[in-house]
Amino acid sequence: MSAIQPSVAQDRSKQASAPVGGSAPNAVGSVGAPIEYILHLADNAVVLGQRNAEWCGHGPILEEDIAMGNVSLDYIGQARLLYQLAATRMGGDATEDKLAYFRDETQFRNYTLLELPHNGPLVGYAVSDRDYATTVVRNFLYGALMVLVWDALEKSPDADLAAIAAKSLKEARYHLHHAADWLVRFGDGTDESHQRAQAAVDHLFPYTEEFWTPSVAEDAAVAAGAGVDVCSLRAAWDAIVNETLSEATLVRPQVRGYVPEGKHGRHSEHLGYLLGEMQGLARAHPGATW
Amino acid sequence: MYTQSFSVPDNAGQKNVAAVPSTENPELMAAFDARIDADGRIEPQDWMPDAYRKTLVRQISQHAHSEIVGMLPEGNWISRAPSLKRKAILIAKVQDEGGHGLYLYSAAETLGTSRDQMLEGLHSGKAKYSSIFNYPTLNWADVGVIGWLVDGAAIMNQIPLCRCSYGPYSRAMVRVCKEESFHQRQGYEALLVMMQGTEAQRAMVQDAVNRLWWKCLAMFGPPDADSPNSAQGMRWGIKRISNDELRQKFVDATVPQAKVLGVTLPDPDLKWNEARQHYDYGQIDWQEFWNTVEGNGPCNKERLATRVKAHNDGQWVRDAALAYTRKQQQRAQKEAA
Repeated sequence: MSAIQPSVAQDRSKQASAPVGGSAPNAVGSVGAPIEYILHLADNAVVLGQRNAEWCGHGPILEEDIAMGNVSLDYIGQARLLYQLAATRMGGDATEDKLAYFRDETQFRNYTLLELPHNGPLVGYAVSDRDYATTVVRNFLYGALMVLVWDALEKSPDADLAAIAAKSLKEARYHLHHAADWLVRFGDGTDESHQRAQAAVDHLFPYTEEFWTPSVAEDAAVAAGAGVDVCSLRAAWDAIVNETLSEATLVRPQVRGYVPEGKHGRHSEHLGYLLGEMQGLARAHPGATW
Repeated sequence: MYTQSFSVPDNAGQKNVAAVPSTENPELMAAFDARIDADGRIEPQDWMPDAYRKTLVRQISQHAHSEIVGMLPEGNWISRAPSLKRKAILIAKVQDEGGHGLYLYSAAETLGTSRDQMLEGLHSGKAKYSSIFNYPTLNWADVGVIGWLVDGAAIMNQIPLCRCSYGPYSRAMVRVCKEESFHQRQGYEALLVMMQGTEAQRAMVQDAVNRLWWKCLAMFGPPDADSPNSAQGMRWGIKRISNDELRQKFVDATVPQAKVLGVTLPDPDLKWNEARQHYDYGQIDWQEFWNTVEGNGPCNKERLATRVKAHNDGQWVRDAALAYTRKQQQRAQKEAA
């Protein structure tokens, strides 16, 4: 076991912090990102945080159990800051918990990729086991996007969002590094790990198409000068993904067909289960303080 | 968290096993005894009697196993935590318990037993862990009550272990105690908020206290009269205070906290004894305790099977990491050649 030391794996910080497109540095101004855009970022974080926390106590090795708990905590922390920002801007009786616990499935604006269970393509009520390759590939594909998104948003003239981006960027770099290290180990490890990693890549890659089809909220954020044009990030994302897949001896699949629409509120069958579990207790006691 | 380790041998159930007579080198033994008598620390490279080493491996590994198995009952509520703040606190707490397991396995490894060997003991059912984790967590308040009472009991036991004679264990305990103390305050604070909330929230807290109170008292292990390992543990400086003394300290500290919280501790015999200057308390059900220790509690099979499954399911991940490392080493050697 002593050979399993994520920290001694080769340094990927260079690619994780590669310069990217998106907004140029701006002076801090009064530009505010649209609330729907902030909710998209917050929902992404809470849904993936919730999923990754499912490994807590069940990890493949104790060190990794602790590491995945950390990743999950980072996401829940990001979600809290983003929901708090949205709630402040919404005013009235909005709070972080009302936004997380009392919005319905169709109101969630997360990428469909993030709500999928930790297994291959199965319907939501099929009983199945968690597969760490699926977890790692998802964290890798999303982590590669978020280092670019936060890097751009760090320069947003929306000072509140820029501050959250600056904090989240540090975390996203770690998440990408962690996931990429494991992806390379899996791809270039044993026959079984290679097979599992390739299956997870094949399963999840089509969901990344959603990254590149801007939503109304994303367009509005760009128009307001506070967001990031996601399409401008694609080349940098491709570079990170292709380089790591190549090092992992994995093949990038051809993607065609259905483009998921989670960020428009049209989700997979899985989000309902996730939210049912997450929101059930809070909704059974509306108005209670915890 | 806590284990009733020194009181519960791994072969619990086969009681009255005769002590093995010492065949150790008398000079080394005398030097060891002198170090213990002077309240000095024994370090991994120092000579130590086999029985001391074995007792420590058993105690520290049981403690580590308790931390890891203990992640499950609390982890049961992570996905359903009723606010994001409480979710984050709970994930961090369960993660801390994993961290404690990690230091403790490492401390035990300094005695020459590998983590794989210790896990094999757990997974085969040979090694024990704290029986408190074989009870279910049935409502959200269980999370707070585990922090307040279970971690509170852990602190009672572990503070003296910070002065334990074995250096690596005592140093691990210093950090563990700081974190457990934080968990206890967080648990108590969560319960205070619930007790100031709705009727349903107060009922949850009382229900959790009713279910867990007696299990917490049993956590300190059997009464001193029935605790044959304790005397040797005291002699070796790996147990400092007896089970009954620790239990009394816990009761005395907890009763006022329960009053502030506004919950009733479920013991009609619990009352202040002016003559003893302590609280008296009722009879603990030791038959239930031994049933659970011996594997027949409500969740023993679930907890153990879940740990075994996580370990087995993770085998391919560990194999991949080792295979990748070997490939990297071979590539480096080829390049160097």
